[in-house]
Amino acid sequence: MYTEKVIEHFRHPHNMGKLRDYSAVGKVGNIICGDVMWLYIKVDKDPKGREIISDISWETFGCTAAIATSSMISEMAKGKTLKEAIAITNKNVASELDGLPPIKMHCSALAADALNEAIYEYLTQNQQEIPDALKRRHERLAKEMVSLEKRYKAFLAKEQVANEAKPVSREEYAPD
Amino acid sequence: MDKRIYLDNSATTPVAAEVLAAMTPYFCEAYGNASSLHGSGREARQAIEEGRAEIAETLGVLPSEIVFTSGATEANNLAIIGMAFSHEEKRHIITSKIEHHSVLHPCQWLESQGYEVTTLDVDKTGRIDITQLKDAIREDTLLVSIMAGNNEIGTLQPVEEICAICRERGVAFHTDAVQAYGKVQLPMGSIDLLSVSAHKLHGPKGVGFLMVRKEISLTPVLHGGGHEGGRRSGTENTPGIVGLAAASSLAFNKMEETTARMRRFKIRLIAAINAIPGTRLNGHETDSLPHIVNISFQGIEGESLVMKLDEHGIETSTGSACSSPTLEPSHVLLAIGVPISMAHGSLRISTGRQTTEQDVDTFLKILPRVVEELRAISPFKVGE
Repeated sequence: MYTEKVIEHFRHPHNMGKLRDYSAVGKVGNIICGDVMWLYIKVDKDPKGREIISDISWETFGCTAAIATSSMISEMAKGKTLKEAIAITNKNVASELDGLPPIKMHCSALAADALNEAIYEYLTQNQQEIPDALKRRHERLAKEMVSLEKRYKAFLAKEQVANEAKPVSREEYAPD
Repeated sequence: MDKRIYLDNSATTPVAAEVLAAMTPYFCEAYGNASSLHGSGREARQAIEEGRAEIAETLGVLPSEIVFTSGATEANNLAIIGMAFSHEEKRHIITSKIEHHSVLHPCQWLESQGYEVTTLDVDKTGRIDITQLKDAIREDTLLVSIMAGNNEIGTLQPVEEICAICRERGVAFHTDAVQAYGKVQLPMGSIDLLSVSAHKLHGPKGVGFLMVRKEISLTPVLHGGGHEGGRRSGTENTPGIVGLAAASSLAFNKMEETTARMRRFKIRLIAAINAIPGTRLNGHETDSLPHIVNISFQGIEGESLVMKLDEHGIETSTGSACSSPTLEPSHVLLAIGVPISMAHGSLRISTGRQTTEQDVDTFLKILPRVVEELRAISPFKVGE
């Protein structure tokens, strides 16, 4: 079902966890779909004065493909300029992993969306101009989230996500 | 991988050596068609009829009440669709929310053909409400189909009570006993139809049976040469049937000893997993099948957990379905009210006759490590 590269990235994921000092975070996915991805980026200037992703990390709740695509996109985006990073598509991510099962293609979209959202947040915070494509994608994601929540209203009502799986900071995380 | 620890016996089981030995002669030596008149045919016929008698004995029914099929999916379809087509004046079926898809989908198909289906709710342990069942039965109810023991969470239904109500109201009762047969004693007196599959009890894949009481008339689904008393056409799968019979006898002969061991494992598994923070047991703790344990883990997704365990040679399964087109987790877990986030993080551990104490030890040693690893990379942390 999964390629060797997917399995390799799942077993030995790169850049996992939360950056101590990040510039922006992109949060995508939803617990009701079973995939949630948070992508942290640190943005710095390279010697030529261009903004680059100097460091990147992620936290993901999801299946094998979701974890492998998180790992892969973090590798692909590291050291890239913001402009280059924006150009990374879900198809790029999937093909770098030698492909994903058709039913799991949405996981690669999630990874590309998370990167998109992190860059969007960074540009917004720094009051920089946001490329049209990035803006359109951000708006589409926001719309999708609303329709998803509408569709699963009944589920969410009894869900009490807040009580069940509350996101807490790493400092508060006491695993045992 | 040097040794695999197989804890997915609800999915399928290894064929027992005795079963394989019983089947072997019927491939290359006694290969006759059981419908043939010659010696080879008679030999096959004899093996099939002996198998039928052997199976009938495990249930205390007549050999003629056993109809061999290609497995439980076919048996369930035959029971439901066969009943519907032979009682045209009755148009109503009752089932439950946690049935296997091979029961739910034929019911839904009949619904599309103009039948009415009532799907009973279950409580948080997975048991139906007897009062709701009573209220649901109508003049035109043709069948109640409720599984004996659930394949995902192991919960046992109050089959005896269901039987009593169906008997009293004159409604036929079918039970999918795929997981329960050979694991628990079933109250056979009033079960009208019962489905079983060989590969869940250390028999071969591709064979099963439907027990049909002689009073019940059934329209066949497969038409052809009129095999199985006209109830299921198709040349009998002689080696499969011989294997099914051998597997059934073995299961019943060893039932007490096997289920006692499985119960012990189950109690250990539940206690140890409960000690891991952020877990919940899905299903009934005691009124359940001895071999199935279903647990949800907060903050992690089931498929990842299965893959991580597989890395360590431990084979389990999940009720999570991020691969399903709807992205919704198991209908069983949702029906018992497991919050959707926890339903995505479910793990089913199912033991078999070959499972050893050492297998359980190894699993319990590795599980907390793997859970920890996945929680470390999840945005959802488990607070204490």
